[in-house]
Amino acid sequence: MKEVAIIGIGETKIGELWEKSLRDLGIEAGFKAMEDAGISGADIDAMFVGNMSAGQLIDQEHVAPLMSDYSGMAEKNLPAIRVEAASASGGLALSQGYMAVASGVHDIVVVGGAEKMTDVGDETAGEILAKTADQEWEAVFGATLGSLYAMMARRHMKDYGTTKEQLAAVAVKNHLNGSMNPNAQFRRAIKPEMAINSAMVADPLGTFDCAPLSDGAAAVILAPLDKAKKYTDTPIKILSCGQAGDYMALHDRDSITRMDATIVAAKKAFKYAGLKPKDVQLAEVHDNYTISEIMAIEDLGFFKKGQGGKATQDGQTALNSKISVNTSGGLKAKGNPVGAVGVGQAVEAVTQLRGEAGERQVDKAETALLHNIGGTGSTAIVHLLGRLS
Amino acid sequence: MAIARFWRENDSRYNMYGKKCGNCDKTYFPPRDMCPKCRRESMGKMKKVQLTGKGKVISYSIVHDGLPEFHMQLPYTIAIIELEEGARITGQVVDCNGDSVKIGSKVKSVFRKLGEEGKSGVIHYGYKFKLI
Repeated sequence: MKEVAIIGIGETKIGELWEKSLRDLGIEAGFKAMEDAGISGADIDAMFVGNMSAGQLIDQEHVAPLMSDYSGMAEKNLPAIRVEAASASGGLALSQGYMAVASGVHDIVVVGGAEKMTDVGDETAGEILAKTADQEWEAVFGATLGSLYAMMARRHMKDYGTTKEQLAAVAVKNHLNGSMNPNAQFRRAIKPEMAINSAMVADPLGTFDCAPLSDGAAAVILAPLDKAKKYTDTPIKILSCGQAGDYMALHDRDSITRMDATIVAAKKAFKYAGLKPKDVQLAEVHDNYTISEIMAIEDLGFFKKGQGGKATQDGQTALNSKISVNTSGGLKAKGNPVGAVGVGQAVEAVTQLRGEAGERQVDKAETALLHNIGGTGSTAIVHLLGRLS
Repeated sequence: MAIARFWRENDSRYNMYGKKCGNCDKTYFPPRDMCPKCRRESMGKMKKVQLTGKGKVISYSIVHDGLPEFHMQLPYTIAIIELEEGARITGQVVDCNGDSVKIGSKVKSVFRKLGEEGKSGVIHYGYKFKLI
């Protein structure tokens, strides 16, 4: 297997971007990444596009060739592959691109993720998100995605004493980080009371426990490590990737206070890279809800089961603490363009590992972890990225 | 949603039919043709069983921001129930104030309307739960 590096990154602003279509977003991120890598269209061998639900959100299927065409690649007849794993679509696109380069089939690969969510109303978007759980046996009975995560939160509170204040601490931290990220949807720090007292969405989760619905796109350029130096002085190596699955419906799992897919995916990623959780300085984890981040930092091995809430409240996941979690602002504050999330996480990690994150820079950032979840945890993908020493 | 898509699940949604693995005795709802614990050993041994519909609440949420077809019901309580037979199931807990549902509350299933296909379309039925 070839070693693989990320040689370029690009990202749009995340938010309610009324003036931009899905193709505008995808192409903007792609061009930025190509410019960053200093490559031209002639260099590209294939394109992988993470997208959850363009068919329902903008009435457009087959979006990979659409992106490729509007990137100017139609005359080159570039192979373009759409990848879908609900909110883990971006992470899965990254892993598929990584494997395509590692296998030697392709050299230069563009991995993009894009989602346009605001062309439908909030209610419709919520309905579409609920379909990432089991439509026939969860959503049909009235389960929203938020209510499924709320049930995880309620049980986590009962079993481990996690509190509303601890959930709020996740939102407060991520909003603070987001205030330092020029691409973030929400660039305003919030006070704990604001999060704790926010309107209920699915009790015990309130508005500030939930990530927004966003438009946005991100892209990275992959190359074999031995060729990466030709393009950049600071290639960031993909150290490993682990993916795991689980029961589709939350109720079928033995425990609803952990995600076995995360646990297994992380174990694989750490094993392949020969690393341990303590070797990681920063992690971009899937905080679609505040409880998700608390469960993630436990399941990834950074904190003991049940200690994630307390650790967050104690500041152990703040910027430049024990481990810097969601320095980008996470899905909560940077935003949640679902199919783009996993690629956006890679953009943040590369920015940090290059030392280009400005006021939100993690000191001595050598190794970063990316954690992307689909649905209620029936897909988990973990990547480890590292700076070359 | 197409009518056939509801119709083909009616047997289980009306009568709470699940499947029991003839190899390990674990009960599943909704029905599955293969036991995820026994896999090959369970092939051809999954037996149809009717569940009692009695169980306890594993966790719950009071939904304030719901799917469009449930708007008239807001706020409503959704729960994961562990049935007596061991299978777990997602459904609404009705006929009570949301505050009276707790983790561990005993419930039993009731036959209720789930939704409808517009004003003149078919009505979907299935199970909900109430406290006992």
